[in-house]
Amino acid sequence: MYDAMLAETVTIAGHNGDEIEAYSARPLRPGPVGGVVVIHHLPGYDRQTAEFTRALAAGGYNAAMPNLYHREAPGASPDDAMAAARAKGAIPIPDERIVGEVAGAAAYLRGLTNANGKIGVIGHCSGGRQAFLAAVSLPLDAAVDCYGGFVVGTPPEGHPLHGVPPLIDRVADLACPLLGLFGQDDVAPSPAQVAELAGALEANGKTYEFHSYEGAGHAFMQVDRPSYRPEAAVEAWQRIWAFFGRYLLSS
Amino acid sequence: MCTYLTEKVSISGSGKGPSGWFKVTDASVYFDHPVHAQAEHTLNIDFLDPAAGPSARVAVELTAESALALVKAIQATLDSAPPGLVT
Repeated sequence: MYDAMLAETVTIAGHNGDEIEAYSARPLRPGPVGGVVVIHHLPGYDRQTAEFTRALAAGGYNAAMPNLYHREAPGASPDDAMAAARAKGAIPIPDERIVGEVAGAAAYLRGLTNANGKIGVIGHCSGGRQAFLAAVSLPLDAAVDCYGGFVVGTPPEGHPLHGVPPLIDRVADLACPLLGLFGQDDVAPSPAQVAELAGALEANGKTYEFHSYEGAGHAFMQVDRPSYRPEAAVEAWQRIWAFFGRYLLSS
Repeated sequence: MCTYLTEKVSISGSGKGPSGWFKVTDASVYFDHPVHAQAEHTLNIDFLDPAAGPSARVAVELTAESALALVKAIQATLDSAPPGLVT
């Protein structure tokens, strides 16, 4: 099997058409193949999320991860860019801008010569929330929320997300199937919040599947963190491959 | 969970980074996921000179226990300084 792939930093048109950096990984085969936008977590456009992006390319998908902090610190190393964004008061990045950056990455993926036109989105941690945000805001074909917090519930007063309407209120706008991967020991999202989201999806007749893993907490798929739970993570990856295979491979 | 919380404070002093010493004018303090430390959440401090760009940064990621011990040590050190030196 021909398995060559190309991984590189590219420039894409993000929110408002502004140029931003993105990490692109794609299989070098004629296709047609589906595309996946990867949304990084709060620590930024880091090595671990780049690995996540390459894993999707190795699995047969064109993948692109927009650098959500590029505007705050163009050219900086990922951790310095995150720190600069914090220092500038830019975290949390406004939802409108995140949606614009994801839309730009989706357009980049749709424009690749081997693209089949199908686009999924996946994010972990805060990126899980942003994946849900993208899925209720953009025309997509599949969305994966890996333990995203603050989809359900109202952040306390003083929290940077206080005052941002809960995303669960927009569940009716979800226009694609949703896969949710959660840890039963997580507190954000808690099992009760996951159940509340499932109830809202059910009530609105949405296509979704949720999997919550025993003995796993937040960030259980992060291979170099103490939170890593290999058994849950391996099964979660199997769910991701099956889900994207179902919704992104048909042309 | 990503806490998103950041406390910012203006400071005056110097820090030493990969390129040597530089003045620091700002600090960000936050309890969130670390980049490097092997803990789920750490108390992170960035000592910064934003005017010199994003790389003008000295960063530490401390466990909550370590951070509290550091707070006590800083307070004790300042309290024990000879009268008149801490203004």
